[in-house]
Amino acid sequence: MRLSPVTSQRLAVGFMWLLTGITFAVLVFILAFILVHGLPHVTWTFLTHSPASMGREGGIFPMILGTFLVAGLAVLLAAPIGVATAVYLSEYTREGRLTLVIRFGADCLSGVPSIIFGLFGFVFFAITLGMGLSVLSGSLTLALMVLPTIIRTSEEAIRAVPTSYREVSLGLGGTRWQTVFYVVLRSALPGISTGIVLSLGRSISETAAVMLTAGSALRLPRSLFDSSRTLALHFYLLSREGISMPNAYATASVLIIAILALNLLAYALMRRFAVKVGH
Amino acid sequence: MQTSATTPPLAVQGFTASFDGQPAIKGLNLEILPHERLAIIGPARSGKTTFLRSLNRLNDLSPGFTHSGKILRDGKDIYDADVDVGELRRKLGMVYATPVPLPWSIYDNLAYGLRLAGIRDRAKLDERMQAALGYAFLWDEVKDRLHEQAHVLSGGQQQRLCIARVLMLEPEVLLLDEPCSGLDPISTAKIEDALVALKEKHSIVLVTNNTKQAARASDRTAFFLLGELIEIGPTAQIFTRPAQKQTNDYLMGQFG
Repeated sequence: MRLSPVTSQRLAVGFMWLLTGITFAVLVFILAFILVHGLPHVTWTFLTHSPASMGREGGIFPMILGTFLVAGLAVLLAAPIGVATAVYLSEYTREGRLTLVIRFGADCLSGVPSIIFGLFGFVFFAITLGMGLSVLSGSLTLALMVLPTIIRTSEEAIRAVPTSYREVSLGLGGTRWQTVFYVVLRSALPGISTGIVLSLGRSISETAAVMLTAGSALRLPRSLFDSSRTLALHFYLLSREGISMPNAYATASVLIIAILALNLLAYALMRRFAVKVGH
Repeated sequence: MQTSATTPPLAVQGFTASFDGQPAIKGLNLEILPHERLAIIGPARSGKTTFLRSLNRLNDLSPGFTHSGKILRDGKDIYDADVDVGELRRKLGMVYATPVPLPWSIYDNLAYGLRLAGIRDRAKLDERMQAALGYAFLWDEVKDRLHEQAHVLSGGQQQRLCIARVLMLEPEVLLLDEPCSGLDPISTAKIEDALVALKEKHSIVLVTNNTKQAARASDRTAFFLLGELIEIGPTAQIFTRPAQKQTNDYLMGQFG
């Protein structure tokens, strides 16, 4: 029996709604599961105190600070290098062997598992350069890890800026750098910041690479050369070692809310900027 | 104006421009005179736009561009190694076929060229802005909304904004590349009226596909065909008694 066009249309739409619903339901279920188990344990004391007895008691303040330092520094290091590379690739060179090699390298790098970055960071930054297990080793490693993402998203954003904008700027007597700075980067900023926020999110939630490079010290990091445990790693160790499931869920809740807040903030900033720029 | 009434702002001598070895314009000789509107007409691929983009060195951006011959400005070849390309482009202002307002306010669009040159003095910007918008017949339409986004303007207003943006720099020569190709007749008339006023201060080179526009809005006309200058002369003469058969054929609609 053949279905009438109207019936098949309804079936197709219904099927797509169902699949979309499943995707959404999975997301909501995971978030709700963690928040329901974790939020009751998130108290002011939990957020502002150091852990006691390996995290069974006390709070997660050192981990919040450690996450902030490691991820923040990683993005602070990677963003300028990544954006500069993207500008070089798209504005200052003609397509050739060199750009192919750089782009291929970035693509390969973005496919490397994070544990490999961790191993490299451990051997190179921690041991060879003598930085030890520290905030600095961790952030340098994460910076390398997110660099390809920043390069490629920035490059896409820069390429999306119409060529005619560049011609106008050059035609008004602008130098190439003035054109890049005032016109190209300004127009590409929403896309570039998307890549940077994605990278920040990835840095915050990374576990394997930071475990091998930033270490897992529970104390408050007092300098960039101190070892520090990030929230994601704390959560992993709490649950893996069976130390405290309630505190593990509470840590995960804080992590999720932080990433959610970060994305919302970035989204709001981008919208505000987009309105100002007028796209 | 530093150009006196007798020396041509630009003298093109035996100029050939090629892309990847293929010449787009060949052995061109012509002068752009002070206070004239020179129209350049010709069918597609006749080298009109390449010629225009050679004058302010925008072709330098295209991969594979090479040239021979000279374009003299104040007796100096603009392709000499020590020429300040930024200064050259400020003095030879280019307006493109499609209006391209940058995604900023009207004010920022107009101020951009001077800011690039390091001029940020508010009073000077405002003074030039009123003059430039006046010449482009746009002042009355935008004076109360300079801080609105430029892209909310109509197509014709955007193109006049682009002309005003170039006038902010007080160029010696205005290069217009089919500036009315996407515009309605009323907007076109406004731009043509603006050109009459502008030739008091500037020389104008107008590339156009619209021969009627060339007849209406120019003092001299040059006819290009396949990268060569076939004929140049007073507009009235080109349109009534062209010396070359090809010019006549083109104007009669035989080809192109």
